[in-house]
Amino acid sequence: MKRAAVHTLVLQSLMLFASLGWALDTTVLPDPALQARYVALTHELRCMQCQNEAIADSPVDLAADLRNQVREQLLAGKSDDEIRSWMAARYGDFILFRPRYSWRNAWLWGAPAVLLLVGAWFSWRIVRTRTLLLADDHEPLEEDLRP
Amino acid sequence: MNRFLVPLGVFALLAIVLAIGIRHSPDKGIIRSPLIGKPAPSFALPALLEPGRTVRSQDFKGRWYLLNVWGTWCGECRAEHEMLLTVGKSGAVPLIGLDWKDDDAQAQAWLRQLGNPYETVAVDRSGRAAIDWGVYGAPETFLVNPAGIVVYKHVGALTQAEWTHDILPRVNGGKS
Repeated sequence: MKRAAVHTLVLQSLMLFASLGWALDTTVLPDPALQARYVALTHELRCMQCQNEAIADSPVDLAADLRNQVREQLLAGKSDDEIRSWMAARYGDFILFRPRYSWRNAWLWGAPAVLLLVGAWFSWRIVRTRTLLLADDHEPLEEDLRP
Repeated sequence: MNRFLVPLGVFALLAIVLAIGIRHSPDKGIIRSPLIGKPAPSFALPALLEPGRTVRSQDFKGRWYLLNVWGTWCGECRAEHEMLLTVGKSGAVPLIGLDWKDDDAQAQAWLRQLGNPYETVAVDRSGRAAIDWGVYGAPETFLVNPAGIVVYKHVGALTQAEWTHDILPRVNGGKS
């Protein structure tokens, strides 16, 4: 009985996820390579109306219009970067889920490296002080005094 | 003393960075238009009220205008309409409508019933012109200067506050 319950649960969750996977966007481009680029691009462009969804996943009208733009521009032979720039020129960098490097956000990109260096410096200092402390430590441990 | 100096410094720095972030963050969900300071996107669209006429962006070169993006499907646009009528009546700056993804007959009926504040209304049935303007939700209003440069954008219903503080001073030459 337990097994059956587990099976039902698994089946139900599979059905739930299958429903989420229902294609909202049924666009198919003639060339599989173009199609792959289309899928990738529509997943990395933000839907400006819903803002936390990609245009590929959004049911709103504007997302459909933007997907249509991606399709048309791919068919016209535009490169991925040209399409990204085209979108960013109209909606700002905010439309790109993968932000581009620029001098304005350079500090953000550089922050992990800087933090890593700061952390390395701190750990080096701590290790060094402790090593020095150990070297200065001439007091024998209690255990060492035992016969 | 020294023990607390570094954490305190880090805390102060973080507080400053976050304070700047909070002060500069725009209203939630409102995104600064990359169009500001750039030439207004050009368009050539059919006129809603004059059959056969084409409304071109070049028609407005040499004078200030407000481009107002609206649609009869948009609830906020109805709320905004009263303000637009005030703006239209003031005569301070011409209002150009961009009827976004709408039904012509409904749009014409809307203007007949509620009054028409627009000098002219361009019909963007496909939504292509709106994309060029970076429109993501109606109503949106753009102020364009005589050189054809977008100088200001307002997302959401236009109110007396934006009209008196952001739009009129620019048109009157006080604020760039």
